Amino acid sequence: MWAAAVLGIAAAILTPLVGKEIIDGPVAHGDQDALLPLGLLALALGVAEALLTFLRRWSQAAPVLGLETAIRDDLYRHLQRLPMRFHDEWQSGQLLSRATTDLSTIRRFLGFGVLFLVMNVLQLTTVTVVLLRMYWPLGLLVAGSAIPVIILSNRFEKRYIRISRQVQDEQGDLATFVEESALGVRTIKAFGRRRHVAATYDGLAGKVYRTSLEKVRLSSRFFTFLEVVPNVTLAMVLLLGALAVGGGWLTLGTLVAFTTLVLQLVWPVTSLGYILAMGQEAMTSADRVVEVLDTVPEIDGGAQVVAEPRGHLRFEGVGFRFPGAERPVLRDVWLEVEPGETIAIVGATGSGKTTLTALVPRLVDVTAGRVTVDGHDVRDLSLPSLRSVVATAFEEATLFSMSVRENLTLGRGDATDEEIRAALEIAQATFAYDLPWGLDTRIGEQGMSLSGGQRQRLALARAVLGRPRILVLDDTLSALDVETEALVEEALRAVLADATGLVVAHRASTVLLADRVALLQDGTITHVGRHADLLAEVPEYRALLAQDADLDQEEALR
Amino acid sequence: MSVEATGDGWRGVAAEEQDHLSDRVSLLLRTRSRRLLGDLLRPHRRGMALLVAIIVLSSAAGLAIPYLVAVGIDDGIPPMLRGGGPGTLFVIVAAVVAAALTQALTRQAFLRLSGRIGQDILLELRRRVFDHFQRLSLSFHEKYTSGRVISRLTSDVEAIAELLASGLDGLVTAVLTLVGTAAMLLLLDAHLAVVALLPLPLLLLFTRWFRRGSSVTYRRTRETVALVIVHFVESMTGIRAVQAFRREPRNQEIFERLNQDYRDANMRGMRLVAVFMPGVKLIGNVTVAAVLLYGGWLALHDAVTVGVLAAFLLYLRQFYEPMQEISQFYNTLQSASAALEKLSGVLEEEPAVAEPRHPAALPYAKGAVRFEAVEFAYPDGPPIIPALDLELPAGQTMAVVGTTGAGKTTLAKLISRFYDPVDGRVLLDGVDLRDLDEAALRRSVVMVTQENFLFSGTIAENIRFGRPDATDEEVVAAARAIGAHAFVAALPDGYDTQVGKRGGRMSAGQRQLVAFARAFLADPAVLILDEATSSLDVPSERLVQRALRTILADRTAVIIAHRLSTVEIADRVLVMEGGRVVEDGPPQRLIAGAGRFARLHRAWVESLA
Repeated sequence: MWAAAVLGIAAAILTPLVGKEIIDGPVAHGDQDALLPLGLLALALGVAEALLTFLRRWSQAAPVLGLETAIRDDLYRHLQRLPMRFHDEWQSGQLLSRATTDLSTIRRFLGFGVLFLVMNVLQLTTVTVVLLRMYWPLGLLVAGSAIPVIILSNRFEKRYIRISRQVQDEQGDLATFVEESALGVRTIKAFGRRRHVAATYDGLAGKVYRTSLEKVRLSSRFFTFLEVVPNVTLAMVLLLGALAVGGGWLTLGTLVAFTTLVLQLVWPVTSLGYILAMGQEAMTSADRVVEVLDTVPEIDGGAQVVAEPRGHLRFEGVGFRFPGAERPVLRDVWLEVEPGETIAIVGATGSGKTTLTALVPRLVDVTAGRVTVDGHDVRDLSLPSLRSVVATAFEEATLFSMSVRENLTLGRGDATDEEIRAALEIAQATFAYDLPWGLDTRIGEQGMSLSGGQRQRLALARAVLGRPRILVLDDTLSALDVETEALVEEALRAVLADATGLVVAHRASTVLLADRVALLQDGTITHVGRHADLLAEVPEYRALLAQDADLDQEEALR
Repeated sequence: MSVEATGDGWRGVAAEEQDHLSDRVSLLLRTRSRRLLGDLLRPHRRGMALLVAIIVLSSAAGLAIPYLVAVGIDDGIPPMLRGGGPGTLFVIVAAVVAAALTQALTRQAFLRLSGRIGQDILLELRRRVFDHFQRLSLSFHEKYTSGRVISRLTSDVEAIAELLASGLDGLVTAVLTLVGTAAMLLLLDAHLAVVALLPLPLLLLFTRWFRRGSSVTYRRTRETVALVIVHFVESMTGIRAVQAFRREPRNQEIFERLNQDYRDANMRGMRLVAVFMPGVKLIGNVTVAAVLLYGGWLALHDAVTVGVLAAFLLYLRQFYEPMQEISQFYNTLQSASAALEKLSGVLEEEPAVAEPRHPAALPYAKGAVRFEAVEFAYPDGPPIIPALDLELPAGQTMAVVGTTGAGKTTLAKLISRFYDPVDGRVLLDGVDLRDLDEAALRRSVVMVTQENFLFSGTIAENIRFGRPDATDEEVVAAARAIGAHAFVAALPDGYDTQVGKRGGRMSAGQRQLVAFARAFLADPAVLILDEATSSLDVPSERLVQRALRTILADRTAVIIAHRLSTVEIADRVLVMEGGRVVEDGPPQRLIAGAGRFARLHRAWVESLA
């Protein structure tokens, strides 16, 4: 590829030299016989240049695109490995722009910019050397014209970096605002705040407008400067060259070749500005991509596997604190769940229930103590092994744009039709069979939309289908109506009979699925016991769950 | 799928989802895009005319330089060789410098002016599309996902920005250079010019071949990248489930396959350019060789001067360089016209719930709601609400119960005018909702739903959302009334705590409390709660319910709930089934009876155990 590039430039430089020979040789001396061979030489050089350019472009496509594709694959793989904590902080739009726009910018620079930069510099230096050898005083003049270009390019680059980053950032803010107002359109409408939101948007768009204008002004000055320098140089060459010809130090043919060559420099110098700007943007993009790729996945699987999982779950002095947070979310949590036992976690809003459940499949990691499954610290287990033992149904049911069947078998590709039916029956989700294409109906963002309750039931079916030894239910039934909830609970009882269960519960009815209840208060477990006992003995527990406590009565007690 | 060749199936955003468009529809879409473009450009007519003048001047100056060099060689040097002075030469060199400076100055003026016009157009387009999206009804947003809204306002707008910023400049310069150069060549020497311009038709044919090919590869690239994006976004937003269910290897497999398709499409594009660019170069170089040969022969016989020959060689270089720009321009143009097509489609969508032309006055709403023979159905769907008459006196609190799909949420959305009835009317204090302007309606009716969207910003800002002029004391008072004060005050920064991305740093229950405070502060005459307490734990729910008793005392309220605990504070219960009211009365009377509500209530009491 590079060979083709270099040879191509050589051919391009040689052509005007042949022109010189023609003017100084045959034309000057009236030598008609020499004209044809020289003309054919020019033709051959021209064809060669085109052919070499073709070779270069054709062969460069594969490596450049290969690189882009490989980085994108790596980025995706890496992102899938990064823990929830990372994804909680990064908008998916931010990640997307890195995987698409930034990588394309890098590709364009590599496929186009770098090559042109190198070729331009190569062409500039070779032509200058040729010019110096042709007639050194003029050559020196041309070489000297590079000095202001270099100085100014340097200055321009610094300001350009600053301003293009500012534009990028402001565009990012604008995009974030668009995202928010698209997602929050119901709230905006509910409060009739369209004008207010539009005004905020106008403000942000106006910022982008002003900074973009500043960028236009800056680059217009620089780009024009780059055009002036070679043209003025050309005028100087003409002046001094003509004087030299007049003085007899230079032949006419050399002057013609000289001016042709100098004119050949106009394009490389002019395009230098664009290429430098492109390079700058590629650098910024590379920084942004590397920022993600360099994030170390804190949660990495160990080497051990649970050969025959029994589902013995233990929290041993577990603590969890967000980095930089003053107070821990969880502290000194001790809890033992025997194989086959089901424990309900009850606690007020914000008491750390969801974090506790996320520790088991290692969606987050403990910051103190340890969680063990069948005696293994979860951090020593390989992630596939751990996550096949533990299945979770989340409060927010995530379904993907694929068939119902694929959504259900997410955790277990080898599930049979009977197993799927059983799981759907447990979750009261047999409605799936009545969808237009049954289990092959496409759902999710790109497919059929389902109600919140339907989504939750499918997510539950997915968790049960894995037949996991440990089943974690994080307030999975909140969107179901009372009757459906009762049916689901009835069916879940059978599943939880032989699996180990960890169930986050807000309602007494859900608590009744469990053998024992753990009360979570201020990040730690204060009471463990049977529902009836806690209800009788622990007032905080009663306050949390005794829904039938008559409001007036309670008010009277105050 | 393909759009029907007749009818209005292509209107609005419908064409976005079509794979194949009939010729007639494509034509209609192109006309629509052009109309939008014309609309955007019209205010800048003068600026554009000025731009054309500037660029003609700039190109003329640029083209003059090689010509002046030729004149310098032919007319400036011979007098000196004959022993004369360099006077002519100086004049010519001065002219070259002047031309160079003119070119530079006009070029700068062009870049600035075109930059400003481009940015003006972008700003206008951004504002227009954003405002239109916000104006479109909920029913539109329910179908048109937020992801699509975002890509319309980011990547599509950027595609047009790209066209305005560099594409047009490149094309105009290239075309002017092409035409100007040809003219100069003819002016210098007609004979030689014919030889030099002979390959031009070939060049045009070649360019047409390239344009066709690139429009095919371009479409393929867009299609493949769209699939990459969809898969990427979906796996990142659902990463919790991906990791919990060990979906990573299969995801990686799918992603790599999509990525490979995208690569292949790009490869085709790059290879096409790899043929086109050297092809142009080949034509150019062969022409240069031919001009050298023929021109050399002519010079030999003194038919042309050496200067003219030199000028020809210089011009031919300039002639073929801009072709590069043209190949770039096609891609920019295609992505911009695709973007324009989609944006014009969005702008063509009419809000299903339109603002009235002559709004009725309703300075102060008392909150009496009336349904008169209201019928509601989604387009082409079965009726959700067949025919509903309902009278809700001001100040009454009504609970609505029923199974999923009974039409409860539709009822709520009709009162808050997120939907308009297909038939019949919904009245507030005797005024048809469709006659109220948005400000008056939203001041009077507020709906709180299960999804409690919080905007990034502080908790105080979020509570103040419905009433921006509320004082800090009023914000705190609202939070206190709803039982949110305790948890907010416990946060390190209190009311100034940033809620994080979409309220992500708070639990669902906390978000719900903030949303309640927000609705309470807005102080509407009619408050609608659609499953608004479902994420609260029991103590918080109880607090909210206690607060509701006071809050709802002097306003009309509609409460939709699965949990019957909420129902207890209602004056009246409405049991719905299949869009119809099956039971209606005070809760005590219904419980005492033997109807559906009595059964539901018994089941609920048992579940509390």
